[in-house]
Amino acid sequence: MAVDLSVTLSGRTLPNPVMTASGCAANGRELHRFFDVSTLGAFVTKTVMMDPRSGRGTPRMAETSSGMLNSIGLQGPGIHAFVAKDLPWLKSVGARVLVSIAGNTAGEFADVAKVLVDSDAFDCVVGVEVNISCPNVANRGLVFACDPLASGKVIALVREQLPRDVPMFAKLTPDVTDIVSIADAAVKSGATGLTMINTLLGMVIDTDRLRPQLGGITGGLSGPSIRPVAVRALWQVTAAMREGRFLTVPLIGVGGVRTGRDALELIAAGATAVQVGTATFNDPTAPQRVLTELEALAESHGVARISELVAVAHDRMVIP
Amino acid sequence: MSTATRDSGVVQVRGEVIAIRRAGAYHHLTIVAPGVAELARPGQFAALAVGGPTTGNLLRRSFSIHKVSPSGTYGGTLDLVIAAKGAGTEWLTALRAHDTVDVVAPLGRPFPLPTEAVPTVLVGGGYGSAPLFWLADVLRERGCTVEMVLGAASEDRLFGVVEARRAADRVTVTTDDGSAGQRGWVSDVLPEVFRRTGAPVAYACGPMGMLQSVTRVAAEHGAVAQVAVEESMACGVGVCMTCVMPVRGKDGVTAMVRSCVEGPVFRGDRIRWEAFHDGVCGVPEDAVGAPKVGGH
Ligand SMILES: Cc1cc2nc3c(=O)[nH]c(=O)nc-3n(C[C@H](O)[C@H](O)[C@H](O)COP(=O)(O)OP(=O)(O)OC[C@H]3O[C@@H](n4cnc5c(N)ncnc54)[C@H](O)[C@@H]3O)c2cc1C
Ligand SMILES: Cc1cc2nc3c(=O)[nH]c(=O)nc-3n(C[C@H](O)[C@H](O)[C@H](O)COP(=O)(O)O)c2cc1C
Ligand code: FES
Repeated sequence: MAVDLSVTLSGRTLPNPVMTASGCAANGRELHRFFDVSTLGAFVTKTVMMDPRSGRGTPRMAETSSGMLNSIGLQGPGIHAFVAKDLPWLKSVGARVLVSIAGNTAGEFADVAKVLVDSDAFDCVVGVEVNISCPNVANRGLVFACDPLASGKVIALVREQLPRDVPMFAKLTPDVTDIVSIADAAVKSGATGLTMINTLLGMVIDTDRLRPQLGGITGGLSGPSIRPVAVRALWQVTAAMREGRFLTVPLIGVGGVRTGRDALELIAAGATAVQVGTATFNDPTAPQRVLTELEALAESHGVARISELVAVAHDRMVIP
Repeated sequence: MSTATRDSGVVQVRGEVIAIRRAGAYHHLTIVAPGVAELARPGQFAALAVGGPTTGNLLRRSFSIHKVSPSGTYGGTLDLVIAAKGAGTEWLTALRAHDTVDVVAPLGRPFPLPTEAVPTVLVGGGYGSAPLFWLADVLRERGCTVEMVLGAASEDRLFGVVEARRAADRVTVTTDDGSAGQRGWVSDVLPEVFRRTGAPVAYACGPMGMLQSVTRVAAEHGAVAQVAVEESMACGVGVCMTCVMPVRGKDGVTAMVRSCVEGPVFRGDRIRWEAFHDGVCGVPEDAVGAPKVGGH
């Protein structure tokens, strides 16, 4: 019997739980050469800010064991070009879009959200992902998501700009002492869901030249090597919500998903939906393949609905 | 097995290696890759997955397409010339006949061809000559004359000198150590080649330093250089934004553009060479969205 793959995220029902990850799929056209991006639960766009950004110099990448380091520096066309060109294209192919936004200041996040909401193609948007894992210019470049107050402020300001029924996900970094307190602050400020995790800060030294390999010196670590960190973060936040420490909201899991089995692991830890990032660089059809594999696995577990597997591992602990 | 197409000009196929042979310091691979030959043009590249399905080396490796042939006993084939350098290229060059490798190709923009029959100069540095023989054939079919200059550090790092004698009307070889041809760099012999041929266009592929000098010498002789660049690439298909470089557009505005999608072939005089320093490339201050003081 076929498994019902549909999932509901903050009131929006998606046909399946698999998405691209922000910054790992550009804005759709490139991957659409390999598979129909409208078959995914949602398409997550590259984080966009107010103005065009060049991003950093090169080299911007280093391969690591089962992963990579990147320092792109949020290169992008700016929100006006995004709503004029990219969003209408995604709508034209029938994609459901989760738009990732960011700002240099809390106010800029809200301004970006406003331009998005006022755009013609906004009806293809199934939610906004607020990438608070980026530096706060007003606070010496400290990442918003490292500070519960700054995180809460951004979320509250963006919430004011979004219609009530538009889901808003705060994207968290795992590079914090207590991710639960950041999740708590984001939810209390109006996030209707959380995406985790963003990359972990890392560094690689080129041992031939004996100098940092990345032009930007440090970069974000991603890929299968960080999957256990994603599982842990999802687990901790799910456990806290189950204990009633704050409102229960849906989680989107991201970090190291390469196969359907990896996706299932994040779901069992607490994710309702799953994003595929770095694995797409290895295989441009990875998001679609993960979906097919996940469906087969869910079927082998004998469930009628994929949603029955969300956070299932919390109920299966054996405590002797 | 071949997926995609969707009229998208690119295919992802599980290729089968049918021949692998040494060529000096390089390995020359012939891979059965149905669908690639019909789409590919000289200057485009292929992005290969390395290490097999469970590998920890996730990123694709990019290689210029040396040649393609649409039919034959095995189906369409793709030829690449690979220098073993790190983990991925070591793996690729250790493949044997009948091993499989995941190929995405063709990618990027090809060398633009002249509309008239003009003299042309083709310059290859090291394995950078790989795409030039196929290009030479296409140019000569259009009535262009082709003069080739091949350079490398030493004789074993030259690729295709014999093939060049077939593909080009005239060939000049240089090596840094004088082990073959003339001692020195391609830029030492290029002024004479431009003077002799009066070529209005040069095509080049090789190390960035060489591409910069080809661009300069071409400009000094009133010629345009079309250069195929090499920047670190994670995906090869345009989704990761790692492969950017500062390039001036037709409108004169510089942007950090993806060399896998808008390149790898650029007009040499559009590349902001002054931003490159010893393997690191900065963002020119006048580039679109360049960091402002106190900005990113
Ligand atoms: C358009 C293009 C055409 C190329 N054509 C050829 C060719 O015909 N023959 C050939 O031998 N080599 C070619 N290269 C270079 C080749 O891609 C690299 O040598 C190879 O990726 C190195 O992989 P590795 O695992 O051996 O090295 P590692 O250093 O271990 O590679 C680690 C990572 O860095 C990336 N990387 C490292 N060096 C380069 C580089 N120079 N260019 C791009 N990515 C790099 C790799 O993709 C990989 O993700 C080309 C590169 C580009 C961009
Ligand atoms: C090259 C690259 C660019 C990224 N850009 C963004 C971005 O713009 N916004 C964002 O929220 N996350 C960005 N990420 C993080 C991913 O969305 C994801 O959270 C992270 O890579 C972990 O997932 P993965 O292991 O599946 O890649 C980027 C990751 C990579 C590798
Ligand atoms: S290599 Fe990924 S965008 Fe060019």
